[in-house]
Amino acid sequence: MKTPLVRISNLKIDFKMEDGRYFEALKRISFDIPHHTVLALVGESGSGKSVTSTALMGLLPESNTVIDQDSCIEFNGRSVLAMSKKELRRLRGGDIAMIFQDPMSSLNPVFTIGDQIIETLQEHKSMSKKAARQKAIDLLTEVGLPNPESRIHAYPHELSGGQQQRVMIAIAIACEPKLLIADEPTTALDVTIQKQILELIAKMQKKHGMSVLFVTHDLGVVAEFADNVVVMRHGEICESGGIEEVFSRPKHPYTKALLNCRPSLTYRPERLAVIDDFLQGEEYQLPADRPRGYQEGNPVILEVKNLCKYFKIKTGLFRYIDLKAVDGVSFQLQRGKTLGIVGESGSGKSTVGHTIMRLLESTSGEALFEGKDILSMSNEDFKPLKRRVQIIFQNPYASLNPRFTVGQILIEPMLLHHIGKDKQEREKLARSLLDKVGLTANAFNKYPHEFSGGQRQRIAIARCLTLQPDILICDESVSALDVSVQAQVLNLLQDLQDEFQMSYLFISHDLSVVKHISDQIMVMQQGKVVEMGDADSVYANPQHDYTQKLIASIPQNPKWFEASLAR
Amino acid sequence: MNQDSNLTLDQEKVETQVPAQSLSSLAWKRLKRDKVGMISLLIVCFYLLLCAAGWMGLVGENWRADVAVPNAPPTFATWEPRGTQVNAVAATSSSADQVDDDNSAAAPDPLAALMAQADKHESQYASKTTTLKDTLILGADGQGRDVLQKAIKGTSVSVSVALLGAFCAIVIGTILGAIAGYFGKWVDDVLMWFYSIFTSVPDMLLLLSFAAVLSRGISTLVLIFALTSWTYVFRLMRAEFMKHKERDYIKAADAIGAGQTRKMFRHILPNVSHILLVQFSILTVGMIKSEVVLSFLGFGVGIKQTSWGAMLAEVPAELIQGYWWQMLTVTVFMSVLVTAFSLLTDSLRDALDPKVS
Repeated sequence: MKTPLVRISNLKIDFKMEDGRYFEALKRISFDIPHHTVLALVGESGSGKSVTSTALMGLLPESNTVIDQDSCIEFNGRSVLAMSKKELRRLRGGDIAMIFQDPMSSLNPVFTIGDQIIETLQEHKSMSKKAARQKAIDLLTEVGLPNPESRIHAYPHELSGGQQQRVMIAIAIACEPKLLIADEPTTALDVTIQKQILELIAKMQKKHGMSVLFVTHDLGVVAEFADNVVVMRHGEICESGGIEEVFSRPKHPYTKALLNCRPSLTYRPERLAVIDDFLQGEEYQLPADRPRGYQEGNPVILEVKNLCKYFKIKTGLFRYIDLKAVDGVSFQLQRGKTLGIVGESGSGKSTVGHTIMRLLESTSGEALFEGKDILSMSNEDFKPLKRRVQIIFQNPYASLNPRFTVGQILIEPMLLHHIGKDKQEREKLARSLLDKVGLTANAFNKYPHEFSGGQRQRIAIARCLTLQPDILICDESVSALDVSVQAQVLNLLQDLQDEFQMSYLFISHDLSVVKHISDQIMVMQQGKVVEMGDADSVYANPQHDYTQKLIASIPQNPKWFEASLAR
Repeated sequence: MNQDSNLTLDQEKVETQVPAQSLSSLAWKRLKRDKVGMISLLIVCFYLLLCAAGWMGLVGENWRADVAVPNAPPTFATWEPRGTQVNAVAATSSSADQVDDDNSAAAPDPLAALMAQADKHESQYASKTTTLKDTLILGADGQGRDVLQKAIKGTSVSVSVALLGAFCAIVIGTILGAIAGYFGKWVDDVLMWFYSIFTSVPDMLLLLSFAAVLSRGISTLVLIFALTSWTYVFRLMRAEFMKHKERDYIKAADAIGAGQTRKMFRHILPNVSHILLVQFSILTVGMIKSEVVLSFLGFGVGIKQTSWGAMLAEVPAELIQGYWWQMLTVTVFMSVLVTAFSLLTDSLRDALDPKVS
């Protein structure tokens, strides 16, 4: 039998923590990467997938890492763990290349992209400067960067995120590596760009006969082009095998759960599956579909007319140009319904939410809340209305003050708006809200850093609930969460809407999430609304070119996979 | 409750055993593991106690008394005891006016009358014999004052000047920096102009010119230090407030209707307090050194007080004659504190901001 390109067996890695205890990051995992194949390493945060790929590169910090003696990582038959630093360096640049999640921080901002490719070539291939330059242009042409001859002199910040990732790929394949490690390479990119980058990686893999280790949390992007898949959780391998095998007949309940908790484009269950549904051992029953949609003539709670927000960009000493972040947006939000706003980064969707919340000052337009324009009000008049409109931010790690306990976080809005008679009553209300969002009462005295991302987002939701708002603006509120946690939070939002009849303005770049939760959808591009309508009909029958392009870019599950879901 | 929360509840159960930990209690835990930091902290605390005891009059009160012969050497540096005793005369009575001149002229000695008169004069003064020590633990200065007592009193003065100065600088710098950084726009411009004016003058020149204009004394020193050092704090706080006001948690506070003052001092300030703590100890060390320089140049605490700088100012004249003990004592007192304070600053920084180290 031919030896695989990479053989990992019995790999056990512990991290020494600050307080002297050990954290078991990997619990004796084993898998192979055969030659010329794509292996997807799938797992949520904390599953150990990045530790695995970092160990393979020999890049783990020496000071606090303990690799077990029986562990074995072989690359082409040679043990990586036994290599000297010099050998490891040669291995990394030459035989193994890596691309990362954030291309902007992986490229050196003070060198042109040409310099960075040429440097790699000179270092590992000992080419002459002239030959390296020519090769760099060839590589940039190969990865599809427009005008490579002139772009070779561009600095990283002059390129868009997708183009930067293309440059990273060019650098990675410059030395003809045998293995390309792609660590979440598309997570920071828009859905349309993501599709292009995935296609590029697949093309390069075939053309250069590399193997690819594709590390990701998103099963959706894997299905299309991986050959094999390894599913990890808590430092262990749950399941591994051929992609079709694993996806169509998952054996491990965790794999089943992961496959099912992503919102689908084809159906809309009453509540999303969560991991516990599968781990409890009982057969999972797909819940009934929830009907969505809106009718004209339902009571409208918020009407936005011709909203504009321009940012002044300084172009000279006294010269400004207007950047039209939001340009003439109008919509109606019905009571108890959800309006989903989708668009790529820079489309102005978040600006709409922030302007309505008056976190940003609007340039023109009005937002009628119960007949009164909240944008032109004085701050004093608006303050009582702040109770009625609330916002949940994207990053739950940033939106809670780290120096406040959860109790203080929840009680502060009540103090500001004089809710509750005294301390005891406020505390009681806060504790009951914690219970409502699925946290135990002892969370009350803890600090935000003691919670996971999903739990923090629940705290942020509870903070909004203290004011019992009528409108809740969810600004990418589930985008930073793992898929399984995302499902939990989406279910929670749905339960709360059913209970309190709140209206949601749900802003997200993730079309499947928006499709799942929205009654009405508004598609934005460069500050303008390009399409708006009933959620299902927009997806089923997109009118505008841009909407069609967006929907086509969603990683499509292969037919065999879609058919096997929830079986 | 909801089935989707079961996972969370499970995680919660594991976490319940650990008591709630604020960021500052975590930092304290980290500091406790740092041996150098803890030793430095103990030393600094010792000095602070000494300083407090000095102001309460428990130690170093009679630093002004002449208790030994001038320039008495330290005990440990003396090989043969000299045993000199000097009588000091102190005027305790003032009945000299009552002296009358009724003398008998029968004495054969022509001077006897005068002598008798002199004896009579003398008897009217109560004379007390005080023994002046010829060695002291750490020696004596040129006037026979105990160097140890002086050093303790000097510690008390120098350290409190530095602490108060640093505190005032922190308060001024934080308030102005917070306003400039948080409000931005023209407020920031005005304060930045003000800041630029202060920083465009060399520090020492500014110190000396303030010192020359104002009267001598502890409060003047504190004022001078505060006025020259707030700029460092201002620059830092302005940058921090600019950074934090863009954070989501401030937007969230805005969304629930928190006012400007609340956002500035209730939300942002606790999040930058660790920087202030580190800055406070850096400033204190700097001010201890500045006080020495100023006092050495004669702009210090004045002659009614003593301080490390004032003591060092006496040193050059003594050293020429070979009296080295006052210099050694002050230097050791000062360098131990400055070193401990600097090490503590480093440890504090590591403990409060673990990402940097």
